[in-house]
Amino acid sequence: MMLKQAAKKALGLTSRQSTPWPVGISRFYHENVIDHYDNPRNVGSFDKNDPNVGTGLVGAPACGDVMKLQIKVDDKTGQIVDARFKTFGCGSAIASSSVATEWVKGKAMEDVLTIKNTEIAKHLSLPPVKLHCSMLAEDAIKAAVKDYKEKRLKTNDATAAGETAHA
Amino acid sequence: MASKVISTTIRRALTKPHGAVSRRHHLSTAAAAATTSTATAVDSYADESIMMKGVRISGRPLYLDMQATTPVDPRVYDAMAPYLLQNYGNPHSRTHLYGWEAENAIEIARIQVAKLIGASPKEIIFMSGATEANNHAVKGVMHFYKKKHVITTQTEHKCVLDSCRHLQQEGFEITYLPVKTDGLVDLDMLREAIRPDTGLVSIMAVNNEIGVVQPMEEIGRICKEHKIPFHTDAAQAIGKIPVDVDKWNVSVMSMSAHKIYGPKGVGALYERRRPKIRLEPLINGGGQERGQRSGTLPTHQIVGFGAACDIAMKEMEYDEKWIKGLQERLLNGIREKLDGVVVNGSMESRYAGNLNLSFAYVEGESLLMGLKEVAVSSGSACTSASLEPSYVLRALGVDEDMAHTSIRFGIGRFTTEEEIDRAIELTVKQVEKLREMSPLYEMVKEGIDIKNIQWSQH
Repeated sequence: MMLKQAAKKALGLTSRQSTPWPVGISRFYHENVIDHYDNPRNVGSFDKNDPNVGTGLVGAPACGDVMKLQIKVDDKTGQIVDARFKTFGCGSAIASSSVATEWVKGKAMEDVLTIKNTEIAKHLSLPPVKLHCSMLAEDAIKAAVKDYKEKRLKTNDATAAGETAHA
Repeated sequence: MASKVISTTIRRALTKPHGAVSRRHHLSTAAAAATTSTATAVDSYADESIMMKGVRISGRPLYLDMQATTPVDPRVYDAMAPYLLQNYGNPHSRTHLYGWEAENAIEIARIQVAKLIGASPKEIIFMSGATEANNHAVKGVMHFYKKKHVITTQTEHKCVLDSCRHLQQEGFEITYLPVKTDGLVDLDMLREAIRPDTGLVSIMAVNNEIGVVQPMEEIGRICKEHKIPFHTDAAQAIGKIPVDVDKWNVSVMSMSAHKIYGPKGVGALYERRRPKIRLEPLINGGGQERGQRSGTLPTHQIVGFGAACDIAMKEMEYDEKWIKGLQERLLNGIREKLDGVVVNGSMESRYAGNLNLSFAYVEGESLLMGLKEVAVSSGSACTSASLEPSYVLRALGVDEDMAHTSIRFGIGRFTTEEEIDRAIELTVKQVEKLREMSPLYEMVKEGIDIKNIQWSQH
């Protein structure tokens, strides 16, 4: 019996032999990255002309990473009610933006500005060469908030201007 | 009793799943990978399944990376086995049968290798592989002749480029020729680059990343006119396209066994005898391999290399037809379902087993990550430590954003139609998924020209 087992082993027939790397490529990618890559949260787009939507577009195709992150804000409470992303980039970039959309949802706009790239990187266990992905996600959040505020300012100015004109 | 148990197990293992299927099916991995990785399938195959890129798949991924390496042909394996088990002599032993038969086997292999490239067996020096041969050729020739200048191309294999860089540090001067957008060398530029002190022209025959075949005969003719030694890295060429050292007028040529269904760890350098090319010895010692590379020769490896060359020569035409058919099937299959698919490198002057594709608006590494059941390689070097796109694609002048989107499909002798079909299906599915996720694709569909956008560079 033992001999049979040994012969089988030598031929690579045992189950242990057929699964030499139980972790596969997760030697390079943390399971959280794989999870967000395989099942990305909040993929999609809002209408960027909607006054309640802020859009952040960061990165460049030549660098291999472009991230678009959008937030939908309740204009009365300043709370982010929903978020969407689309990303051109490696698995880590996709995962970083997916995490970013999850983290901003339900938070007040001012609070999301404190989300740090290091937190995203830690959550995804990004290796040093992939840290720029998390930085890009942080930039995308900031850009989206900035875009929303600028839009608000413009519409407020417009309504204010309208009111003065009426008076 | 013991031997009986072992032999039954071996016999069962060898006959069980395959029965009367052909050789090609025997080695195919498609059948395994083609079973989908749904939950039920996973459960019933629990013992056989493996984790790949975070997902459990029911078999090994199908292999489409033949430029990286190829499986050993079973016929090659059969030729090698006796030299590990019974005929294990040291080929340099002169006093007994064991040595003689090993030496004899090596000389037969030397003839087989020489025959494939139209050379004399005396011109073949066995080495550990093409990397060693390239290093030895570039440095050995330059060190021997004491000329100052080397001409090579920007798309050479890293081991040639790095050898050149090493020479540069020693004070030699190197011209790295640019290539045209189809990946081919501009012969006029080659002519212009030649100087009186040029001591070597090193241009690879078939590119490992994009598969383009350089105009070898023309390059050889130019080198002959100017009496400059011509080295070519033919690791991706021998056994796949017709190679004739006289027609190409090469002085030194690097070869590798494991790209042509031979074993890893063995290759050879062709060194022309008439006119004689001389190189500084690579390893000093007992004077084996004409004093170029001392050390005991690995008999079984060399026998395997010889057998691989022999088979490749006999089956080149058949292989080419088969591989060409699969290449067309793959390209057409993908193009039928996807737009924005670009072939990198010349389509006319190309080895069919290499299909390097760029999928616009999809990043190569993320595509690789999604292709869990297909073993392919990214043209971009993103998977290594550097985040730079492939230097070969950049030399072709491929837009930087497109250089980030390339995948290399390598097709070989044992690739099946089922594997190609499955690869098409998975690739199309993954590209569609990633394009749905790509802001660039969305912009293009909205009619925005992404080249006109001011991107914030990182």
